[in-house]
Amino acid sequence: MGQLRFHKTVFEQLQNEILQLQGLRAPLEAERVSVGLDSLQEAFPDGAFPLSAVHEFISCTKETAAATTGFMAGLLAPLMHRGCCLWISTRPHPYPPALKLFGVEPDQVIFVTARKATEALWAIEEGLKCATLAAVVGEVPELSFTASRRLQLAVEQSHVTGLIHRCTAQPPGIVACTARWRITPLASSAMEDLPGVGFARWQVELLKIRNGKPGIWQVQWTPQGFAVTLPEKKAPLSAIQKTG
Amino acid sequence: MARFLSIWFPFLVTNSMVRLRPSLQQQPFVLTVPQRGRKVIEHASPTAIKKGIRRGMVVADARALLPELQLFNSKPGLETKLLTQLAHWCIRFTPVVAIDLPEGLLLDTSGCAHLWSGEAAYLQTIITKLKAAGYTAHGAIADTIGAAWAMARYGQEQQVVPPAAHWQDLLSLPPAALRLEAEVLERMKKLGFCKIGQLDAIPHSVLRRRFGQQLLHRMQQAAGHTEEWIEPVIPPAPFRVSLPSLEPIRTATGIALALEQLLDALCLRLAKEEKGLRTALFKGYRIDGGLQQVSIGTNRPVRNKAHLLKLFEQKLDTIAPELGIELFVLEAPVVEAFPAQQEALWKTLGGNEGIELTNLLDRITGHLGTACIRRYLPAAHYWPERAQYPATFLTEKTTISWKTDHPRPVQLLPLPEPISVAAPIPDYPPMLFRYKNEVHNIQKADGPERIEQEWWLEQGQVRDYYIVEDEKGARYWLFRLGRYEEGKPQWYLHGFFA
Repeated sequence: MGQLRFHKTVFEQLQNEILQLQGLRAPLEAERVSVGLDSLQEAFPDGAFPLSAVHEFISCTKETAAATTGFMAGLLAPLMHRGCCLWISTRPHPYPPALKLFGVEPDQVIFVTARKATEALWAIEEGLKCATLAAVVGEVPELSFTASRRLQLAVEQSHVTGLIHRCTAQPPGIVACTARWRITPLASSAMEDLPGVGFARWQVELLKIRNGKPGIWQVQWTPQGFAVTLPEKKAPLSAIQKTG
Repeated sequence: MARFLSIWFPFLVTNSMVRLRPSLQQQPFVLTVPQRGRKVIEHASPTAIKKGIRRGMVVADARALLPELQLFNSKPGLETKLLTQLAHWCIRFTPVVAIDLPEGLLLDTSGCAHLWSGEAAYLQTIITKLKAAGYTAHGAIADTIGAAWAMARYGQEQQVVPPAAHWQDLLSLPPAALRLEAEVLERMKKLGFCKIGQLDAIPHSVLRRRFGQQLLHRMQQAAGHTEEWIEPVIPPAPFRVSLPSLEPIRTATGIALALEQLLDALCLRLAKEEKGLRTALFKGYRIDGGLQQVSIGTNRPVRNKAHLLKLFEQKLDTIAPELGIELFVLEAPVVEAFPAQQEALWKTLGGNEGIELTNLLDRITGHLGTACIRRYLPAAHYWPERAQYPATFLTEKTTISWKTDHPRPVQLLPLPEPISVAAPIPDYPPMLFRYKNEVHNIQKADGPERIEQEWWLEQGQVRDYYIVEDEKGARYWLFRLGRYEEGKPQWYLHGFFA
C-alpha cells in the first residue's frame, strides 16, 4: 500500500515536470482571471481558465460560427481588462456594436482583415508574440499542426491568450492547442413564459483540454455574464478520441 | 546666387518619333494638324527642314516641294507628355525641374553644378546624355530664367554665362529672345529693331508707349530686376534626402546599405526638428531611366531608425535594380510633430498606447496592406451600417458611448441578402423563411424594431427588423424593406445572432 502511494507521488511529480516542460504550470493567485463560467471552470486544470494558451474553436456553419463568436466575446471580456485585443480574420469581422453586449469594449478591439489564410496566420503569430496585447482572436479556415505548434511556442514566450476560430466544413485535424471547443446554438429559454426570443443559449462542448476534464454543458449568456443552465454531461468518448 | 539652366529641344516631337521608329532617321517627315479644312504642318523633321519644309506650311505645298515627304497625324498634348517624362529624368541633376512649353525645360541648378565639378561639365553631361538618347538639345546656364531661355535658343549650342554677365551677352541677341508676342516682334521688325541692345538705349516710357508693358516686364525679368518663378514638376518634399552612388548599385546588400544611410540622415533631421514621419517613400532611379519605389506608413509619428528599417525590409525585395541604380532618394511626405518627451512617454505607457503595439501594427500594415487594419468608434446613428465609423488613429476617442438598448447580431452581413418569407398578417413576424434553399421554421420572434433611413444622409425606405429563432435554435436578424401598405415589400436577412 505504501509502495502504491509512493508510486502515485512519483507519477504526479513526473506529470508536473512534463507539464512544465510543455509550458504549462499552475497559475499564481494574481494571474487567475475568472471568466465567469462557474461550474464549467472545474473542467480546467487547477480550476482556472488556461491563460497564455491557444484555444481552438471549431464551427461548420454560419449559425454556429456566430454562436462561437458570441461565446468567444464573452470569454474575451474579462481578459481585456489587461489591454486591447487583436481580431484577425479572413472573413468579414464581427459587428462591433454587438461585442458591447458581451461586455467587450468594441473600440479596444483592433480588427485585421487578411485576404489569405497564410497572411492571417502570420499576423496571428506576430500578434501572439506581442506581450502588450491581452488576447488575439484568429478566424482562419485552416490550421495545420505545424502552424498550431508555432502559435503555441509564441504564447509560451509572451503569455498572451490566443483564441483560434476555425470555421470550416472540414473535419478537425490534430493540432497542438491547449483546448478544443465546439459551440452550437440552442433554442433560447423563455423568461417566465414571456413571448419572444430569450437570452442566447449554447451547447458548449469542451472536446479536448490538456490536463483537464472534457465535457458538455449548456450555457446561457445573461446581462450578468455566463450562466450554466444544465450541468456537465460526460462527453462521448468517440468525440474525445477523435481530437487527438 | 540663383542659377538657371534652360534646355531647348528644337525637334522634340520628331526626335521622339525617330526614337520609336529608327527607320525614320534619314527620311523627311512631318506631323500635321487639320486647320480650316486643310492639313497644316505642325512639326517637321530635321531632314525635311533642310529641304525647305517649314512649320505652318500647307501639306499640299510641301508635297509639291518634296513628293517623298511622309505624313503623320499630330497628337494633342504629346509635347507636354514628352516634356514631363524628360523633366522626371532630369530630377537626377536637380530637385527643381519645370516644364517650359512649347519645347523646353527649366532647371534650377543653384548649388547643384559643383557635384559635377563645374557648370561647363554639368551642362556637357546633360546635353551629351540627351543626345545619346536621341534628342537634339541646346542648353544655357545664366543668372536669370529669361537670360538662360534666350541664350539656349539664340546663343551657342552649349553656353555658360558667367555670373552677372548675362545682360551684356543679351544685348547682341534679336528681340525675339525676350519671349515677346508675335505682334510686338512684327512691329519691331518694321521699325528696324534687330538687336536687344538697340532697345536698351531707349527710355522706358517711350518703349512702354510703343510696345506695351509686356516688353518692359520681359526685359526686367531677363535682367534680373524682377523675380520670376518656376513651377517644379515634382513639388520639393520638405523632408527629402538623396544619395547618389558612384557606381550603379545592383545588389540587395547595396540597396539596404543605401537605405540605412538615408534613414540615418533623415532621422537625424527629424530629431533636430522634433518631428516624426507617418509615411515614407524610398525611390531608386535606375540608369536606364526607370524608377523603382517602395512606400511605408506608420500608425504614429516615428523617427526610430531600427523600426523604419524593419518596415522597409518587408518590401525591399520588390525593388528591381536591373542594370543598376544611380540615385537613391528617401522622402517623408507626411510628418507630424513628435516632441522628445513624447517619445519617452511612448516607451513607458502600456495598453493601447504601447510602442510595441504600434510597431506590431506597422509591421502588419506593411505585410497585408494599409486598408486591412480597422478600429471602430461609436457613431450617433441608428442605421446599422452607420452605427460605427473607423478610427483614424490609435488613441482616438469619442464622447459617445456604445448603445446597448437593442440587441444587435454578432455577425452583420455586409450586404443584406434577399430571402423569401411567409408572413401571416401585416406587421407580424414571418412564420418561415427560405435562405439559400433551406427553409427555417420560425419558433420565436421579437420585433418589429423600425429603423428609418436618415433622410439627410440618404434617401430610402424604412426597415422593420425582427429577431427570429428557428427550430434548431439559430437566431437571425431579418428585416422588411418598406411598409406593407406600399405594395409587396422584400424581406432580407441581415445578420446572425450568437
